[in-house]
Amino acid sequence: MELEEILSNLKKDLEGVSSLHDLSEVKAHYLGKKGVITSLYAKMRELSDEDKKSFGALINNVKVSVNELIDSKKEEIEVKLLNEKLQNESIDITLPAMEIKLGAPSILEKMIEDVEELLLSMGFDVIDGPEVEKDKYNFEMLNLPKGHPARDAQDTFYIEGEELLLRSQTSPVQIRCMLAGGGKVPIRMICPGKTYRRDDDDATHSHQFMQIEGLLVDKNISLSDLKGTFDVIAKHLFGEDCETRFRPSYYPFTEPSVEMDISCHHCKGKGCNICKNTGYITVAGGGMVHPKVLENCGYNPKEWSGFAFGFGAERLAMIKYGINDLRVFYTNDLRESKVFDRKEAN
Amino acid sequence: MIDLEWVKDYIDISDQDLKELAVKITKAGINIEKVITNHIDNLVIGEVLECEMHPDSDHLHVCQVDVGNQNLQIVCGAPNVRKGLKVIVALPGAVLPGNFEIKKSKIRGVESNGMLCALYELGLEEKNDETYSKGIYEVSSKAKVGMDAMKYLNLDDTLYELDIHKHRNNDCYYHIGFAYEIGAILNRPVVLPDDKTSPIKDDIKNHFNLKVETDKCPYYLAKMVTGVKIGESPEFIKRRLTAYGMRSINNVVDISNYVMLEYGQPLHFFDKDALGEKILVRDALENEEITTLDGKKRVLSSNDIVITDGDKPVCIAGVMGGENTEVTSDTKSILIESAIFDGVSIRNTSNRLDLRSEASIRYGKGLSYEYTLKAIERACHLLEKYAGATVLSGTVKHDKMDKTVKKVNFKSSEINALLGIQISDDDVKIELNRLGFPFEYNNGEFEVVIPPRRLDIDPYVNDIAEEVGRLYGYHNLKSTLPNVPIKKGEYASDIKYRKIISKRLRSLGLNEVKSYTLVSPNMADSFKYEDKKQINLPKPMSVDKSVLRTTLIPSLLKIYEYNRAHKVSDVMIYEISKTYDADYNEESKISILMEGNYILSKWQNLNIPVDFYLVKGIVQNVLDYLGFKNRYTFEKATLTDLHPGICAKIMLDRKMIGIIGKVHPSVSKDDVFVAELSLEALMSKVKPIKFKEALKYPEIVKDMAFIVDKGITSLEVMNAIKKSGGRLLSDVRLFDVYEGENVLEGKKSLAYSLTFSSESKTLSEDEVMEVFNNIIDKVSKELGAELRNK
Repeated sequence: MELEEILSNLKKDLEGVSSLHDLSEVKAHYLGKKGVITSLYAKMRELSDEDKKSFGALINNVKVSVNELIDSKKEEIEVKLLNEKLQNESIDITLPAMEIKLGAPSILEKMIEDVEELLLSMGFDVIDGPEVEKDKYNFEMLNLPKGHPARDAQDTFYIEGEELLLRSQTSPVQIRCMLAGGGKVPIRMICPGKTYRRDDDDATHSHQFMQIEGLLVDKNISLSDLKGTFDVIAKHLFGEDCETRFRPSYYPFTEPSVEMDISCHHCKGKGCNICKNTGYITVAGGGMVHPKVLENCGYNPKEWSGFAFGFGAERLAMIKYGINDLRVFYTNDLRESKVFDRKEAN
Repeated sequence: MIDLEWVKDYIDISDQDLKELAVKITKAGINIEKVITNHIDNLVIGEVLECEMHPDSDHLHVCQVDVGNQNLQIVCGAPNVRKGLKVIVALPGAVLPGNFEIKKSKIRGVESNGMLCALYELGLEEKNDETYSKGIYEVSSKAKVGMDAMKYLNLDDTLYELDIHKHRNNDCYYHIGFAYEIGAILNRPVVLPDDKTSPIKDDIKNHFNLKVETDKCPYYLAKMVTGVKIGESPEFIKRRLTAYGMRSINNVVDISNYVMLEYGQPLHFFDKDALGEKILVRDALENEEITTLDGKKRVLSSNDIVITDGDKPVCIAGVMGGENTEVTSDTKSILIESAIFDGVSIRNTSNRLDLRSEASIRYGKGLSYEYTLKAIERACHLLEKYAGATVLSGTVKHDKMDKTVKKVNFKSSEINALLGIQISDDDVKIELNRLGFPFEYNNGEFEVVIPPRRLDIDPYVNDIAEEVGRLYGYHNLKSTLPNVPIKKGEYASDIKYRKIISKRLRSLGLNEVKSYTLVSPNMADSFKYEDKKQINLPKPMSVDKSVLRTTLIPSLLKIYEYNRAHKVSDVMIYEISKTYDADYNEESKISILMEGNYILSKWQNLNIPVDFYLVKGIVQNVLDYLGFKNRYTFEKATLTDLHPGICAKIMLDRKMIGIIGKVHPSVSKDDVFVAELSLEALMSKVKPIKFKEALKYPEIVKDMAFIVDKGITSLEVMNAIKKSGGRLLSDVRLFDVYEGENVLEGKKSLAYSLTFSSESKTLSEDEVMEVFNNIIDKVSKELGAELRNK
């Protein structure tokens, strides 16, 4: 009887306990040196051996129960305390984050990387050429001999006499590439790079600008192949609904030559100010590599044929992002270029 | 500018809608920018039925005018208005040049329902005292009342304004050439104008001899007419010149212009009596002078070509005639010149003298010899017909013209291969006929002769493919992809490195910028840390773009200043660009500029401002990423425009690869830090990655602190520790720098944490202490360092 009372007393005692300190006092009251349970063991001495055995077993059972009750209370208090602690640690998660800065690419480089990404996947190597270039590569071997009227349109920065210049186009890289190919290996390359012409800087002119040159020389290449390649590029840059168009044109280093138009990004071909109501915008020039140029570089035009094209990186970016002043690309106002510090879905 | 009413003389286009035709022509390669029509609505022929003085004016008349379907009351101020006169009436609603709309109105109280017009009011004549005093235009009494006035005047022409590529700006800038282009597009024949004359027996050679002493004039023809009667031009010539935008002067001068616009061949008419009996074409003498038709004195150079009378210049060849032999109202005999001059030379002369004429523009574009003779004969025909001239027989000629016929041999399969189309031999024959290219066909082989007027066509099958292609229509081409092997495209190695570094810097929070290669001499000379000579452009456009930069730092600083001025804070930028020195060595530079707070969180009181060590960390991050760990060092240096105490050279494998430092306060008051590396230097060999197992035995870490002179760098102490530490010392890190209390003036305390480990066993305390004491000993001796007591 007495033993059951002990357990019910303990339960009562524990009900009032809310801290670990109180709990340890309760624990001492029952299990301490002079505790209730300990004193029961003292009583055992007065019993017969037989009774000792059975009473001892009873006390042990009670002791186990006492321990269980106290432990469970302890766990209960600990959980409560932890919850209180966590509650206290809670923060205002809406406060501003620490700013981990994103770096933005130059708009032009981003545009160029867009083109590179596609053309690398189509097997075009991306190569480079010098900006200080020989007249021979920039003009002469491209079928633009001295005195050719088309040279006037590319008013050039000469560096040394009439032999060395700041390249006025990326096309000399075609020559370098074909000379390196020695008339024997097929070529598939693009060359994005800086070019220079004697233009006063304004909204539509810049003495320094960037071109993206492309050249493919192989067997049985046709103008239709250029059209197909241009289609893929145009759709990659301006979306699947972008329409393309070829118009006859003239460049000394291609024959036939074409101008390559895309349907106006802005009005979707309906006609607006940007496309001067034609529904189309010219974004590139190109054509079949002129047989003289192939010959100049050691490629036999009876055996080899190829196409070349050139985009203006600024023009592409202006159309794609609705930029209407060329100077934006070289002013580097971070408030403007910061917009480009993110990935674009496509 | 091409006048379609004029083109009709050479090709039948009467059934064509001229706007649609313009679209067809544009698609085939000649870009028509604008279709201009001179038509004005509500402009009719009327007859003045009554003409009375205005009750309230001394010069205005009140007229009753029959305009066909009604009679209108119109007030008119012209002195020549009178009863019975046929006139041009602008009805209400007509919009005259200058956007002047005619409306019903009251003039001094009298109703007026239109306007009687003078030609200048219709934009057909210049307005001046002479045309003003003539009053309203007097229409022929035969004109039908109510008829469209512009149509009656034959001025309702359609004109095409062309924007044509350089290679076609020759043969499409004259009416016959343009007719051939239309002929090709519509597949219709071109008929050349009448050039028959009835020459008298007297031969020009009896009056005149020619000598050409320059090779810049390969072809020179001259014919002579006498007995010309200077007067007004026939209507059709006046009208066509007017429509083209040229002023009619007199029948003779007009004929020379007219034939030029027909055949593209400039002609020059000399007053034969003023000229004398000789023409000598030669290079001009240096500083030789001539007064040109416009009354201005011109000083020539030896690069110019002149026509002389054997002695003095009478014409700057291909550019402008001399006043001394000008055709005047007294001229009786004319010597007609039709020649080919070197285009480049004419272009240069015209540019140098800043003197552009219809002739010089045409010569400058290059001129074919095809119509040189035709044009002179046509001019004689017109002079005979419209100026009463008598044509002398014979032609004086200098002919060194290369008239080699350009031929191309090809098969239609070659055309198909180039264009990616499938057309038959018969189709090719049709296209060649349309183009007016003579050809022979034998067994699948074509031999085509290119007409000389098509200067743009070279004897290559590609050129024929272009002609066929543009008539076939590029819009009809299919889109195909090249039939080439599949492969992966690669970046060339320098571009690969550029991209890697660029992306790394961007991910570290720096923004890429793009600046100009050409800079001012001031910019070029700042931050010049290398002994490089620069390229100065011999002919710069302006001083601020005259030097090729060898460092990008000044350009970045300029961008920084721009952004600061626009209140942009935390400017962290980089650029990778090529530079060139005076020996044309190319070197790509990676340039970094940082200012502001790299990390800033104000409410947390957290602030990591950009300082030397942060930029150093950025540079190290890039170098480590490229695999150069333990191969680079920073050496203290003094460099132009950088803070003398906060500035270093960056060394890789003991070679300088770049610099880093704080911008000198005299250059920028802000705390701006810059670094620049050579891309080429970073493209050196890097060892492949090797896997390294984690240590199996415990490491022992011990600290030591030295007191050294302030001038001794932490690197020196570090190196001394490493040198004396041996193989058991696996890592050394500086963890504290201290100056101040308990450290003597001029000294500093550097504290290091040393890690000892072995890959083969657990180290004993004794082993470690031996090395540890050895380090203390050696460093103390080597650097005069003193171990700091704990």
